[in-house]
Order: sequence, then C-alpha cells, then structure tokens
Amino acid sequence: MNVTVCIKRVPDTEARIRVDGSGAGIDKTGIKYDLSPYDAFALEAALQLKEATGEGEVTLLTLGDSSSQETLRKGLAMGADRALLLTGEVTLDGLATAKTLAAELEGTEDGLFLFGVKAADDDQQQVGPMVAALTGRPCVSGVSSFEVNGSTATCHREVEGGSEVVEVDTPAVLCMTKGPNEPRLAALKGIMAAKKKPLEEKPAAENASRVRLASMSEPPARATGRIVGEGVDAVPELVRLLREEANAI
Amino acid sequence: MRFPNWSDCSEKKRTPSDPSGIRSAFPKNALSGVVNHMANILAFAEQRDGQLGSAAREVVSVAAQLAESTGGAAHAVVLGGPGISSVAAGLSAYGAAAISVGEHDALADYNPESWVGPIVDQIRSGDYAAVVFAATTLGKDLAPRVAAHLDVPLASDVTDVELSGGTVKVTRPVFSGKAFANLEIDATPALVSIRPNVFQATEQDAAGEVSTFSPDIDVSALRVRVVERKSAAEGSVDVSEASVIVSGGRGMKDPENWGLLEGLREALGSDAALGASRAVVDAGWRPHGEQVGQTGKTVAPKLYIAVGISGAVQHLAGMRTAQTIVAINRDGDAPIFGVADYGIVGDLFDVVPRLTEEIGALKAGD
Repeated sequence: MNVTVCIKRVPDTEARIRVDGSGAGIDKTGIKYDLSPYDAFALEAALQLKEATGEGEVTLLTLGDSSSQETLRKGLAMGADRALLLTGEVTLDGLATAKTLAAELEGTEDGLFLFGVKAADDDQQQVGPMVAALTGRPCVSGVSSFEVNGSTATCHREVEGGSEVVEVDTPAVLCMTKGPNEPRLAALKGIMAAKKKPLEEKPAAENASRVRLASMSEPPARATGRIVGEGVDAVPELVRLLREEANAI
Repeated sequence: MRFPNWSDCSEKKRTPSDPSGIRSAFPKNALSGVVNHMANILAFAEQRDGQLGSAAREVVSVAAQLAESTGGAAHAVVLGGPGISSVAAGLSAYGAAAISVGEHDALADYNPESWVGPIVDQIRSGDYAAVVFAATTLGKDLAPRVAAHLDVPLASDVTDVELSGGTVKVTRPVFSGKAFANLEIDATPALVSIRPNVFQATEQDAAGEVSTFSPDIDVSALRVRVVERKSAAEGSVDVSEASVIVSGGRGMKDPENWGLLEGLREALGSDAALGASRAVVDAGWRPHGEQVGQTGKTVAPKLYIAVGISGAVQHLAGMRTAQTIVAINRDGDAPIFGVADYGIVGDLFDVVPRLTEEIGALKAGD
C-alpha cells in the first residue's frame, strides 16, 4: 500500500521562543528547525507498515519555503521513497493549508494519508481532518497505532477517560500521535541514499488566509514563587499556604 | 498569490460514498468576516455517556458572553442518543436561549461520520456570528471537519475570545504555550474551539427552549466504525480535564513507587488526576495518556503538583498556565522551581507521604 505522509518543518521543541521586533512574529535567530515530532510518529508508522508488508512507497509532502528541503531530506534518510515540496507561505489559517494540500492529494491513489496530529509550532490540530473532509476521505485522529487488513485499517486511539479501537475504510486519513514506536534515527547509509532519492519542488496552489495574525506575545511571567522550606518539615506550611493563600485545596 | 475557486473543485469530487452528503452544499463564496448586529452565537455542547460535563457548560457560557456583545442570543446544539434532550435542557442555566437537540441511536457515542452532518446543518440554519466548540479530544476531531464543510477557518484551543468592531478576535497559545498569537478571523461564522478549564462556566438563566430533531443517518454507510471502547479505571479523571494534577517524573525512581502519587491524588479528591513527564512515559513507566507537555497534553488545572520532575522546557510549556504550581524536588536548582508558586526542596519519598497525610486530615475536617 502506498502511503503519503504530510509533514511540517518547525522549530525544535527545545527552542526558546521570543517575539520579534515587529511584535507579530518570532525571532528566528539561533532557532534550529526539525521535523515536527508528531509527523515523525506518522512517518515511523508508514515505514513500519512498508517494512511489514514488503511493498508500497512512502511519499513525503509538505508546504513551506525552500528550507523545508532539509526536513524532507531527513525524512528520506529515515526511509521515505520520494518527497514533494509545495513552495508557498504557511499561515495560521489551517483551512488555507488544508486546501493547498488537498488540491495536491485529490487525485492521489494512495491507501493511507498520514499526518501528525498537530504541528509543534501552531498547535492547531486541524489540517489532517480538514484535508480528509475536502478530499472526501474518512479520517481518524489521535491514532497511536494501526494495522491494515485488506481494505480497512484498525486504529487505536486515546480519548478522555479511556481508549478506542476504530475501524476505517481505506483510502483514509489518519492523524498520528505518540505511539509505542520511537521514530528511528537516520543512519549514515540512509543519509547517503537520501541524496539520490527524488525530491520535487513546485509552487503551491496557495489559498488566501482568512486568519489575520494581529500580534504575538510571550506568556506572562509567573509571579516569582518561593521555596517554602526543605524536607518534610515544610509540609504543614505548604498545606497552609495552599489552603489560605492560593485557595487551591 | 492565486485564488483557485475551491468550490468548483469540490463539486467535481462529490461522491456518493460520502455518507454525510453535505459536500454538495459547499458555499460558493467565502463570506466576509463582518458580524451582523444582533447576530446569534452557537455553542456545540458535547455529551459523553449521556452526560454534559464542564466542557459543555463552558462553551455555552462563552457563547452567552459573546452574544452579549452582539445583542443577540446564545444557542446550544447537543447530539446524543434518545432521551438526551432532558439532560440538554440544563444548559439554559448557563445562558442558552434555545437548545437544539439531535437525537438518534447512532449519536449516542461519537462518530465523526454521523456527527458532522447534523452540526453543519444546524450552523447553516441560523445566521450565526460565531460557533464555539470545546477543544476536547472530541471537539478537536469534529470542529476541523465542520470548518472544512462550511469553508470557514477555525481557531483551535483558544484561551481568550471576544467580538469587537464586528470581528471575532482570539488569543491562542502557540509553540505549546511558549508564546501566544492574537488572531482576527475574517469569515462568518467564525469557528473557535476553547481550551478546557480556562473559561469560567457562569450560571445565568435563559429561556432555554428545547427543540429536538432526528437527523437522517445511514449507519451502514459510515466509513468509520468504533469497534471497542475501553474505559480507564473507575472514577479516574483524564489529565486534560482534571482540576488538580499530581504529576511524577524521573525522581520517582521506579514505576512501583507510583502508589505514593496515587495516594496523594486520592487525598486531593475525585477531580484529581495523575500526570507524568515525558521521561517516564518514554521509559514505559506510565501511559502516554498521562504525559504533560509538548508531545503530550497541555493542561490548565487549578493546582499542579510536580513531584520529582526537573522541568524540561517542553514540560514547562505544557503546564505553566496552571493556576497554582507546587514543586517537590531534591535539586533546589531544578528549572521547575522557576515556575512553581511553592516549592519544597527535599526527598519526595519523605515529603509526599506527609503531604498526603496533611491534606487528608484537612479535607476530613471540611
């Protein structure tokens, strides 16, 4: 089964985020970028499916500027077969992004379209289900693992207060979250092989954003806390503060 | 920038296999974002196991607040199995002037394929300025699909929302809460999902007229089927919804030691949940459902107690909006103390049992 994995290049999760001088963007100085962690879970799942079945191709798709090539190469080094970069602007309007991706994926006959459940920069958690709705394919979100059986996929998902097993007809869109498998690291052999794998780049059919970023702000600094004390003797005072000062218990 | 005519594109893709049958009704044009005076606000109030929880009360309260600024009314829509309307009527106490209830056997439990259509129809039937969802697991799954069908953008997981000058403006955390984006939505209706536990559910009486409808759902055409549901242990609260969280990290030393945290959680009451750092989830000590932080859940409880958690930047991003943070750690230089309101430097294996005892005694005296 062929699988397309939609990915995004985002600031590394270790990155310290600061608002830039314009007040409506982040200061990119010194920020390292990487494959969004949820997208890495999605790619790992696709690679494991390919390895388990011994057939099918894994295609990477992203919308972004040319720096996303580096992220796609990383995915190719992990084991994806080919990559497509739609060059264009990514905005905070997830539907605009979804339309751009959907236009590319409409005619694709892959059996599965995998997304990370959310991108680690915008945290919108919406593009995958939107692409599914726009392309008329069924979708399961928050999937930690899945198995493919013929024309269906059996998905395991975590929900509030429990878990679910959901069966979905393929072709389907699955939005992946952290699962039992840690995404692999690219080995040297993979990195060398990735240089020869096809990486296509073409202008995106861009859609206008209807979400305007007016400004950004850093989270208000928390009021300076205090060390109540050391060891077990500090417990009564902590409990008193939680009850009388913080009104928290 | 080019502006492809999306609706034409979708017309050609319309397929009989789409059970919701709503693709055909894609709006032809993007609507402008200017809100009519007196426009109403719709809240999608979710039920789980036939009960309306805090998420439902919060969305209705937010809708009522937004309706005040338009001079319109707050409406609520609830989907559920037969008989859910009697439960839904309770939403009038939070300001819902009209409550529309879709009842069907197939709506008793959530299935995106059967829920999207009735919600889309409900939104279309009113001239709504905004539609408010809760950013719960269900809301995060449902709202983007609804947005795509209506061809309007969605602002997810917002921590503030207002309607001013005819425009819906929201604040939402980005980079897992390391920054906030202030956005203006240039479409009507504006779709937003609100972060649970952030907005106050406010009691205010409204007319609360209940009307029921029975959507047409062809169960055999559903392409997504829930084959099994497992509930977590009886009485346990999900970390994303709990008002108190007791979270453990590497300092716990061994998964066997979690009984300590379980005891503290019990002492704190029935709306307390266990959380975990990424390190202990990655080590397989705790399930991923408990993980707090980037690649886990972002939480905003009333009280967060971090036990043996040093405070990696990804963890801090996920819990820093808690109202009160307590840290218990051996290392007085641990970054967790930088965000904690109250800290105890010491051996958690001494401190936690005593804390459990003291809180238990306090609660017993209430």
